This record gives sequence, C-alpha cells and structure tokens, in this order.
Amino acid sequence: MSKPVKQIHLAAHFPGVNNTTVWSDPAAGSQIDFSSFAHLARTAEQAKFDFLFLAEGLRLREQNGEIYDLDVVGRPDTFTVLSALAAVTDKLGLAGTINSTFNEPYEVARQFASLDHLSAGRAAWNVVTSWDEFTGQNFRRGGFLAQEDRYERARQFLAATWELFDSWRGDEIVADKESGVFLGDPAAGRFDHHVSQFDISGHFNVPRSPQGRPVIFQAGDSDAGREFAASSADAIFTRHGTLEDGQAFYADVKRRLARYGRSPDELKILPGVTFVLGDTDAEAREKAHVIRHQQVSGQTALKFLEQLWNRDLSSYDPDGPLPDVDPLVGENTIARGRASVRMHRDPLATAEQWRATAEAKNLSIRELIIEMTGRQSFIGTPVKVAEALNESVQSDASDGFILAPHLTPGGLDEFADAVVPLLQERGVFRSQYEGDTLRDHLGLDQAGASGTASGAAL
Amino acid sequence: MPQSPSALHLAVALDGAGWHPAAWREPDARPKELFTARYWADVVTEAEKGLLDFATIEDSLGLQSSRYAEPDGRTDQVRGRLDAVLVAARVAPLTRHIGLVPTAVVTHTEPFHLSKAIATLDHVSAGRAGIQVKVSGAAEEAAHFGRRTMPSLRWEELASPAGRALLQELFEEARDYVEVLRRLWDSWEDDAEIRDVTTGRFIDRGKLHYIDFEGDRFSVKGPSITPRPPQGQPIVAALAHRSEPYRLVAESADLGFITPRDTDHAAAILTEIRGKQAAGGRAAETVHIFGDLVVFLDDEPGAAAHRRARLDERAGAEYTSDAHVFTGSPAELADLLQDWQRAGLTGFRLRPATLPHDLEQVTRRLVPELQRRGAFRTAYQADTLRGLLGLYRPENRYTAA
Repeated sequence: MSKPVKQIHLAAHFPGVNNTTVWSDPAAGSQIDFSSFAHLARTAEQAKFDFLFLAEGLRLREQNGEIYDLDVVGRPDTFTVLSALAAVTDKLGLAGTINSTFNEPYEVARQFASLDHLSAGRAAWNVVTSWDEFTGQNFRRGGFLAQEDRYERARQFLAATWELFDSWRGDEIVADKESGVFLGDPAAGRFDHHVSQFDISGHFNVPRSPQGRPVIFQAGDSDAGREFAASSADAIFTRHGTLEDGQAFYADVKRRLARYGRSPDELKILPGVTFVLGDTDAEAREKAHVIRHQQVSGQTALKFLEQLWNRDLSSYDPDGPLPDVDPLVGENTIARGRASVRMHRDPLATAEQWRATAEAKNLSIRELIIEMTGRQSFIGTPVKVAEALNESVQSDASDGFILAPHLTPGGLDEFADAVVPLLQERGVFRSQYEGDTLRDHLGLDQAGASGTASGAAL
Repeated sequence: MPQSPSALHLAVALDGAGWHPAAWREPDARPKELFTARYWADVVTEAEKGLLDFATIEDSLGLQSSRYAEPDGRTDQVRGRLDAVLVAARVAPLTRHIGLVPTAVVTHTEPFHLSKAIATLDHVSAGRAGIQVKVSGAAEEAAHFGRRTMPSLRWEELASPAGRALLQELFEEARDYVEVLRRLWDSWEDDAEIRDVTTGRFIDRGKLHYIDFEGDRFSVKGPSITPRPPQGQPIVAALAHRSEPYRLVAESADLGFITPRDTDHAAAILTEIRGKQAAGGRAAETVHIFGDLVVFLDDEPGAAAHRRARLDERAGAEYTSDAHVFTGSPAELADLLQDWQRAGLTGFRLRPATLPHDLEQVTRRLVPELQRRGAFRTAYQADTLRGLLGLYRPENRYTAA
C-alpha cells in the first residue's frame, strides 16, 4: 500500500542575531530597516510560503562579561513588526516568538488576538521559556523562576491565554443599529483563572479573532519540550543533523500525540534548515565552503569553544589545535543570554568527543567548529535541493522546513525563483493559496488542536 | 514660548466609532468593522488627507465602561478594542506623513517591552511614532494581571487623601516608566553599528549602554534589543486633568493634552505646567500643550446641535465629557481654536463625536478654513513627527561630549 504524497510546508526565518547570518558580505542589508522585513515577507508570499518566522531574545548576549559583538545585533519588537508586515502581505502567516516567562497572559493574549484581527487570521505564536536572572534584569519580576518550573509556567501561561481567547465565542458583536444592541451577551470576555502561576479574573477586551487563537509553535528538544508540544502545539520548530535523527524525532513526537487525543496530522514538524544553491553541485559545495568560513571566523571559533570550555581562551590560535586544559564544569559563566550553552549537558564528555574528532581528521579549532556547529543544510543544484527536501518530507523526517537564509534581506530570492517551481511541478507544494488563514495553509482545524475549542460549537 | 499663528498644530483622537456612546448607530458608522485593519486604515488615511500632525489611538486594559474604573455590564455601547500599538503599526506602511501615537497603560506593563515596541513603530513608520502614556487605577484591570491590587475608588474620591496617595503612586511610577523608555531609546548610539569587516565586529560595544535604572517598582538593566529609533526619541504624550499628571507632562513629556473649559482656565493650567516645567529644569525645552475638545461639526446652523440631541436621545442620556464639548460649524470651531490659542496652547486634539462624519468635517471643512486664515499648513513640510511638531532630533544622553 503506497503512502499518500505529503504536501510540504515552507516558512522563511528572518535572519537572526547569530553567526548563521553573514553580515560581512557586500550584499548584506539592514537587520532593522522595515524594508528588509518587507522584502523577505513579499518574497515568501510570492513563493506561496506558509509563514514568516521571527525569533526573539530579551537581553543582548554577553561573553566574557561584555556584549557580544561578532554577530548581527539588534532586532525589532516582534508584535509591532509583524503587525506592520500584515499591511504589505495578504496571505502569508506571521509567526513571532514570545516569551512566557517575562510577559503576562492578559497582555500577550490581547496582542495576539489583535494581530490576528489586523492580519485577518494569520498570527502564530512560538512559545518560548526562559528562566535566567540575566534576562530577568530587564523586567519587573527579575529572575523569579526556577529552571525546572519554566515549562510548567509555559503550560499554565498557554492555558490562561486559551481561556482568554475562548472568553469570546465569536457571535457576541451584534452591532444592530436599529435595536441598539451592540453586544449580544453581557458576559462576553468574562474569565476566572486561578492556578499556581496565575490568579486572574475579569473581562478580556478583544473579541474573538478570525483564527480563534493563533497557531501555536513550540521550539525545544528536551523531553519536557516534546511533551509540551504534543499536548499543546500546532507545530514544532526543531533542528536535526541527519535524515535518521529527523525520522527518530518525528516518530517520537507524533507517537506522543495519541496520549492527548490528537491525531498525527495535528502537529507539524518543521526543522530549521539552511540551504546553498549552485549551477552545479560542485559550485554549490564551493559556495557553502565559503559561507561557512564567513560564518565562523577565527574569532567566532574561539568564542564557540569558550562556550563549551567555560573559560577565557582568547590567547589560543584558532588555526592551531584544541586546548589541553579541560572545560570548567559547573554553572556556565562565560556566555550569557545564549540558549545553546545549555545544550552542553556534559562538557567534559563533549570536549573529549571534539578532541577525538579533531585528532582523527587533523582539524584546527576553526575547522572543528565549522564542522561541529553547522545546521542541517541542503546544498546543491535547485533540482538536487528540491529532491532532498521532498525526500525528507516523504520519508517522515519532517512535514516541511523553516528556511534560514544567510543573507538579509535577499537570501531567499534564489530559492523562491529556482527551487519552489520545482516543488510545485512535483505537486508537493502549492501553486496558489487555497485559504486565507495560516490554519488553512497548515491544514489545521479551525477550532484548534485541543483545548476547550468552544469556537467549534458555532 | 510664543508660536506664530501658522504653527497651530492639530491632532485627532481616534476611539472606536467616535467619542459619543451612540456614535456606532449613525448611518455612516461601521460598527462591525471596528476590529478590522481596513477601518483603521480608512480613518487614519482620512486624517492624513487633512494634513493633521498626528492621530492618537485610545486603549485600555479592560472593557470600556460608562463608569469610572469599573465595568458597567452595558450592551448598548461599543465594547472591545484592539491593541493600539499594533493598530498604529498596521497603518504605518499605508501612510507617509502623519504621526502615529497609540495609547499604552504603564501601570501593568513592562517598560522594556513598550520601549522596543515604540522604537519599532518608529522604525516601521520612518520616524512618525509617539506614545500616549496612561495610568490605570482600576481594580478590575489590576485583577487582569493578578500582580497587585488597587483600591476601588470612584472618580470623586480621587480628590480624597486616599485618592491623592494613589494618584501620586501611579504617576511617580509613570515618571519612572518614561525615564526607562527614554534611556532605552538612547541605549544605542546612532553610530553603534559599525560592520567592521577588518576586526570582525558588527557593533562598537562601547556605544551600547547599560541604563541601570533602579526604581521602587522596577529595575531595568538594558541596553535595549532594538537600535535607536529614527527620531532618536519618539514623542511622549499624556492626558492631564490635575496636578499629578501636570507634573508628569512638565517633567517627562514632549506633549500634554489638557481639558480647559475656556481661555482663562487654559491660561491657568498653562501657568501651572510651565511653572512645573521650569522647576524641573526644562524651561528651555519645547513642551507642547494641546487643548482637547470633543467636536460635533456641521456647516448648517443648528445641524450639529440637532445631531447631538438625536445621539443623546439614542444613548438615553445627555453627553458629558472631561473635555469641552464643541457643537457648531467648522468656521465657529476655527474661531474658538484661534481664541484659545492666544491663551498659550500650541495646538489642539479633536475628539470626533462620530466617525467618519466629524473627522471628515475636520479634514474637509475645518482645515481649509484654518488654511484660508493662514493658521494651518497647506502641505506636509516634514517627514517625522518631531519635524511636524517643530522639535529637533535630540542628542543622545550617553554620547560622550
């Protein structure tokens, strides 16, 4: 029995404040001018992408006690720029990363409901958590949350916002000029929510938005993160190196859905990936080699090494061998405001592995970092890239991709021109938008995956 | 600071279907579109056609109510609204010149978030952003956040000792909040981004600054995650009815909205604000003071009064406001504005009783009348809101002399 052919979902990641984004290239434009955001959004919409994706970080990164200056720095406010982008696009989904630790449900719910109204049903929320006192120094609460409580806070935060979204069914605005009835139900917006993290009640003041609630994304690979996604998210933003890793992750997360009464289609798995195109595979590989060296300068390589070693390694030669000293075990004090340092769960073991790799392949510090820190990348001719993307989706390593161009703002242009038509020819990617909302594009139920979904009763 | 007659500034205050509670029932009202982008694009575009300095957009962290600081359970008036900052951002790419000044409640929100939101509004509008800050003393709004409690005071009780203590606390917090907004806007120097390929540095970190604000209600480290906005400092505005907010306007704002009954009252308020401004060491700075007026406008004699009576009848009560309510022709309103301007007001914010009718009376009747009198611009002569208001782009407080 042959499997049905899956449709690929595609999204554009606005180039971030990390070393994937190459700013030293002459073609690199502004990371803050609205024209850069509008360019990428229009390119993605012309190519019929599902959505544009924005990341967020609420404190500038530091290393060795100083603001990190080797990568792009500076981003807009997520909600504000997405609302402006709604004015220059008609169909493209607008996905923003918003932190559940340093926000309150009432405000976030009204911002997402407002964005969904103002974009006519195109809003999505990538729910992220943080716990560190470092980020908390910019906020009223400070660092109030224990690390182990952050997913519980996120779960409760999401549940609170759902209650707020659902506090309007969608039929309350009567606005009958003759009878003088504006509101059909005096209880519209009423809510009462009392749990350990939130003790709130009153009236939500934004009527139900076109999608009922935004599409929910979750990013994070831990067991708690996967479980959170399985219970509550519509899509998961992930990162995997190989097809096999992707297939294992895909199977694991999809399997968890049944526990929450959800079908496998109700959670899309979208890895973040990079791509490099060329007229020949060899040319693409050569370009990729150059880009990787732009992304990882000698200085950047040492900074990456410091993040694992948790020591000042500035006196080392990036073109020389790895340090003989071992990483400092314990709280990472060298790099702050960076989620990736938490990935180094056993620094000594990882360092041993890196040393072994460097020795086996005779790699310098810089060459090793280039090898160890790459994202999943599709490199080759447009035909080869289209085939590889499709293969990944059809073999259940993913449901689509969040593409991270390495250049702002034109980094997606070539992909849109050369690869998207090939996917369309193969019948695995839309040639026209068939619906108006992001839920339509992603094939998600209008009522939402789970939760009270009171809108479904209408 | 005297202004030439031609420098009369005009703004419009946008709220739902207009400021009269029955405005949504007017024939030209679009009550079912109040939650759509198209509605807001249309009204702001109309204001821009009238060459107005800026539009403010009302907001609150609770449902609208006919009572002060508590819900009224009514179903015969507009209830529900969209986040004003996001409405402003949504219309920014559709307009070119008009300033966009959304309202934000500072009592329950994070200054770090609002600072980058307004910086971003300034980036997406190429320098046309402002913010009207507002405090909330409502018990219900506090319960929406569950982080602090508010005494349930009535409007009349604000003058009592308990009321004054609450106002003092809320406005001191607002002052700290504006200070944080401003420091964060300056936390990036204009030339902090260097993209120096030779040294591999994207920014000169010496030109990014910790703001290290420490206050009673919050501490904020900084710097902002958003580069300095095009205007350097977007416009900070506040509505003020009594001495605590007058002080906020005098010490912290670029622009205050006041609600005088007549010219003498306007002059008295101005004296108080200018005194506080001097006492706060800002005598040399331009702080605009606009008079707020609700307007019912029709050309034909008696038509505006007739319309107001009809709206009152539908609402079941005579319309009252914190601001002076003007009912008459656009030419009569032009007379009043020029008269009040002589008390020292630098401009006016008009609150249309109904939308779009009273807004169109402003843009299509009042503005041409003022232009004939040489009292209003005939074309936009600046691209930024600071430029329209005759304000220079300020130096960065952190830039070494």
